[in-house]
Amino acid sequence: MLDSHAQNGPMADRIAEILDAHQGLEGPLLPILHAIQAAFGHVPDAAVPQIAKALMLSKAEVHGVISFYHDFRSAPAGRHVLKLCRAEACQTMGADAVAERIKRALGIDWHETTPDGRVTLEPVFCLGLCACGPAAMVDGRLVGRVDESVCAEVAK
Amino acid sequence: MKVYVPLDSAAVALGADRIAEAIVAEGAARGVAVQVVRNGSRGMVWLEPLVEVVTEAGRVGFGPLTLADVPGLFGDLAAHPKALGLVEELPWMKGQTRLTFARVGVIDPLSLEDYRAHGGLVGLDRAKGMTKAEIVAEVTESGLRGRGGAGFPTGIKWKTVSEAAGEQKYIVCNADEGDSATFADRMLMEGDPFTLIEGMAIAGLACGATKGYVYIRSEYPVAIRVMEAAVRIARNAGVLGPQFDMEIRVGAGAYVCGEETSLLNSLEGKRGVVRAKPPLPALQGFMGRPTVVNNVISLASVPVIMARGAAFYKDFGLGRSRGTIPLQIAGNVRFGGLYECAFGLTLGQIVNEIGGGTASGRPVKAVQVGGPLGAWFPPSLFDTPFGYEEFGAKDGLIGHAGLTIADDTTDMLQMARFAMEFCAIESCGKCTPCRIGSTRGVETIDRLARGDASAMPILTDLCNTMKLGSLCALGGFTPYPVMSAITHFPDDFARAKEAAE
Repeated sequence: MLDSHAQNGPMADRIAEILDAHQGLEGPLLPILHAIQAAFGHVPDAAVPQIAKALMLSKAEVHGVISFYHDFRSAPAGRHVLKLCRAEACQTMGADAVAERIKRALGIDWHETTPDGRVTLEPVFCLGLCACGPAAMVDGRLVGRVDESVCAEVAK
Repeated sequence: MKVYVPLDSAAVALGADRIAEAIVAEGAARGVAVQVVRNGSRGMVWLEPLVEVVTEAGRVGFGPLTLADVPGLFGDLAAHPKALGLVEELPWMKGQTRLTFARVGVIDPLSLEDYRAHGGLVGLDRAKGMTKAEIVAEVTESGLRGRGGAGFPTGIKWKTVSEAAGEQKYIVCNADEGDSATFADRMLMEGDPFTLIEGMAIAGLACGATKGYVYIRSEYPVAIRVMEAAVRIARNAGVLGPQFDMEIRVGAGAYVCGEETSLLNSLEGKRGVVRAKPPLPALQGFMGRPTVVNNVISLASVPVIMARGAAFYKDFGLGRSRGTIPLQIAGNVRFGGLYECAFGLTLGQIVNEIGGGTASGRPVKAVQVGGPLGAWFPPSLFDTPFGYEEFGAKDGLIGHAGLTIADDTTDMLQMARFAMEFCAIESCGKCTPCRIGSTRGVETIDRLARGDASAMPILTDLCNTMKLGSLCALGGFTPYPVMSAITHFPDDFARAKEAAE
């Protein structure tokens, strides 16, 4: 059975814990998916049937929710995640040019990970840092007036 | 020695956390007892990190502070190279009418004692002595309109929910502030979270709702952390409880979830797809039950209205835009940040006098008002007064009051293309004009860029279809930035034609 490896083993146990912890919430699916991604770095495909069963949803419904939102990954990201803002306020401060230089320096495009698994580059549309753009987020840390020197922070 | 170092995201993004650590370390090395309070931002982003030292005369500001400036804070303050003087006396602060943001940057955001000492909970205490209808009437009378962008009268929305039948009703705060150039919600939640909690508790009393949700976008980690802590503190202090309690929920990176029906679907754990209206969320909202969905600033403006009365609030503003509006001045601007004032300043005053023109020093070419779905305004329209109807009359909107300033190096054809591209990326897919129109829009603008002028009537027609045929503001308002760019900056579209010829 395809799902068997999810229904047994440490991953399934951890997911079961997460599902238990969210019992009683109204509309618990997003909090559950965030918790699973926080635990595993992504939402494993194998988790889908287990979530669906617990919430009495179809697997298609759970898959549909995961795939709708930009935040949820179906595979692990690189060791670092570099998000660069592409929105208008940052554009007026040269965000496009900074992004092009960073892409060249890393040798990857949006949504790609360097071959050594070091860094994943993602666009983000607004971090609320619109008066100190261009803005970035490096592994969850906010950076204002960013330039290509940010690459040093994701060098290892 | 008492020092304030903002925990605000913008200050942190410019190094505030490292400054706070350095101040503690410097104090320890010198044997000076230092109390560091992490406050909200005063809104002067060009001066961040802006550190304040408490003196006998008041709070003296220093900024923008670097690590090298830290030791000087322990010496002769007047001689410090980054000394700004008393923060309250700075022109940026003195020019404002801070009602909603009165405490932001002033207090410790997570001190309920500070909050009370600065007028907090007065509005909620007054509301507890009133009937539901009296609270609704007070908010209606204040003239408060939805600050998220739609401008719908808040009191009318509350009245509908208050009078709706239903055992369980909800107050949902829309904190999915995805528009570029807007950060007022974030600053309020980070700098004065109890104001939002108090506003929601008052809404709960007015509508007979016992449960609230704040849906915060995942791009705002600091706001999420502060709001979660504030809810726990408010619950422990009995401000929240069985009569009204609330939860913080985190979005997952979908811009369209700022649209209220999409947000409700997301909150229910579904795809953030827009719902057709009717039914109104006020009658069939979260879980199909009567629900108030209000923006952060709308809800956070309620405590001051209840504390000081509708007439006090209504006295500010112009025309049908009553009260104050937190302007968010952003993009290529010299003095960027948050400036709360009564409605009615002209766009030119905001951009040139308050914002000081561009950061690059080049001429201002255009200002996008109201986020990615707002129109681009040329300097020839700088006499437009800031108000809902006034901007509507110029084929624009004020939205959430964010302004993106762009200098003369900006290519408006590219900005129009980006508007369509953004709509294509973020469309929920529910309605055809938005889902397919946005992609066709990118392609049509690319034709224009190649010098194919025959694409112009097609683009105009497409914008008309999107405007009239879309279910929500994403598809319906994307034509604003596109058409305003074409109308006000025809040269940028003609240049492509000339280049092709």
